[in-house]
Amino acid sequence: MAIDIDTARKVAKLARIRVEEADLPKLAGQLSGILGFMEQLNEVDVTGVEPMTSVTPMRLKRRADVVTDGDIQAQVLKNAPDAREGFFAVPKVVE
Amino acid sequence: MSANTWTIAAARDALRKGEISAVDLTMSCLTAMDAGDGLNAFVHKTPEIALDQARAADARIADSRKSGGDAPAMCGIPLGIKDLFATRGVPSQAASNILRGFKPEYESTVTTKLFDAGAVMLGKLNMDEFAMGSSNETSCYGNAVNPWRRKGSDVALTPGGSSGGSAAAVAGDLCLAATGTDTGGSIRQPAAFTGIVGIKPTYGRVSRWGVVAFASSLDQAGPMTKSVRDAAIMLQAMSGHDPKDSTSADLAVPDFEAALTGDIRGKVIGIPREYRMDGMPAEIEALWQNGIAMLKDAGAEVRDISLPHTKYALPAYYVIAPAEASSNLARYDGVRYGHRAKLTAGDGITEMYEKTRAEGFGPEVQRRIMVGTYVLSAGFYDAYYNRARKVRALIKRDFDLVFADGIDAILTPATPSAAFGLGEMADADPVKMYLNDVFTVTVNLAGLPGVAVPVGLDAQGLPLGLQLIGRPWDEANLLNHAHVLESRAGFVAKPEKWW
Repeated sequence: MAIDIDTARKVAKLARIRVEEADLPKLAGQLSGILGFMEQLNEVDVTGVEPMTSVTPMRLKRRADVVTDGDIQAQVLKNAPDAREGFFAVPKVVE
Repeated sequence: MSANTWTIAAARDALRKGEISAVDLTMSCLTAMDAGDGLNAFVHKTPEIALDQARAADARIADSRKSGGDAPAMCGIPLGIKDLFATRGVPSQAASNILRGFKPEYESTVTTKLFDAGAVMLGKLNMDEFAMGSSNETSCYGNAVNPWRRKGSDVALTPGGSSGGSAAAVAGDLCLAATGTDTGGSIRQPAAFTGIVGIKPTYGRVSRWGVVAFASSLDQAGPMTKSVRDAAIMLQAMSGHDPKDSTSADLAVPDFEAALTGDIRGKVIGIPREYRMDGMPAEIEALWQNGIAMLKDAGAEVRDISLPHTKYALPAYYVIAPAEASSNLARYDGVRYGHRAKLTAGDGITEMYEKTRAEGFGPEVQRRIMVGTYVLSAGFYDAYYNRARKVRALIKRDFDLVFADGIDAILTPATPSAAFGLGEMADADPVKMYLNDVFTVTVNLAGLPGVAVPVGLDAQGLPLGLQLIGRPWDEANLLNHAHVLESRAGFVAKPEKWW
């Protein structure tokens, strides 16, 4: 399936990646090429096949729902581009 | 031979006998590392940490000797660590600008296990950005360079990817061994391109905790080494259950080195007819036939097998891996760590996300995030993502059936060609680069262990490798098969030093 420029713009928006208008045609072309390659999957008869969720048939481990760590605010914030008063700081979200 | 060229096994024995100290061994590697900048393999060097760890290893070895025991095999062994592993206080940026300056406050389980065993970290190794690539050309640090060159040529070749820095560092003797990770072939393809050994273990054998996630259902870490014995020793130290990774298997880890008996008489080796690709170079076909003859000669039975869905593995992988990546990489938003774009007046949080991600991610990573976003979007989820997961189930079933029929291991080429030139694929369609993974990607989709072993040189003098695929959780036998192949092939060639 060919990706047109509008679809490429929409995908970039969903992915939260800014793509300049001038770059959209090239992106659309590349995405079309990759998706075209995937079209081969339509040749496979998948009737009655369950989508794989795990390569090894194992039940996920369970553990008690208790706090196992904490009190590491300084470590959590250490790598933040902007941290103030114990919080991550971001541009204004609501007016 | 200077100590940086040794295998882990040789260094272990020399350390235990007191023939060399861990500090001297580490110094030898630090010297080689500094002289190896032309390979662009080490991107963050940690000599102070290395020497501290080496001194601690010497003390531990001395203590063990006094008490009549042995220090762990990895004690005092200098390693390179792929940049994908979180290492406390040391830059860990997955070769991406979006993680520039990131110094984790925690240590990955794999590096914790290696350090607990006494291993020494020389520094962090180059790779493709977020492990997305087959040539190490998507790295924010620039290309890693293969120590091997074509006969009579000074053209710079790729060491493969994504673990290209790991492969170049081991092949160039800058370290004794390195960690790698493999989502679609990222340990095995670079190992084959540089004439070293690389094993991707069974999914769940090695903890993924603290390894920057690319495609969580496919990612596995493993060792990249100078010999199969070294791979067995190092995999042993990396493996084991980890409560911090819910997909890590709670299974005992066998003694992999003890499994290297060299006896594979009566074992059954499968040769999958679907791996004989159109346009496959004659040299690869000849290498494969040589490998078959070697295993036969060692007493194995060789049987033709069919894995009918092989052809669909690459397209299924390039749906599933980008889908998982688009979800995993959503966390890089300029809020909690790494890069944040400079904003202009009036920019809100959406502009911050979009500008940060456009600046921080390179083109291949952006492309894969967008492909993943598309195949997961409303209306296409069933057509692409669910269909790919169904095909994945069929690919795994192909392997289940041949193993149920009594096949012990499967022999295939590791790569469709020898190492190619850096930049040679620059103008190619992205799909052409993806074809590098054609022989390796099935193994990730089925969660199986796979190992690349150097077997020969091509007409231009470049290394070529074969791949052995094993039953789930059967790394021990797989390594024994690899050991036999390695001994029979007698691959001893080394790249001529030009750097």
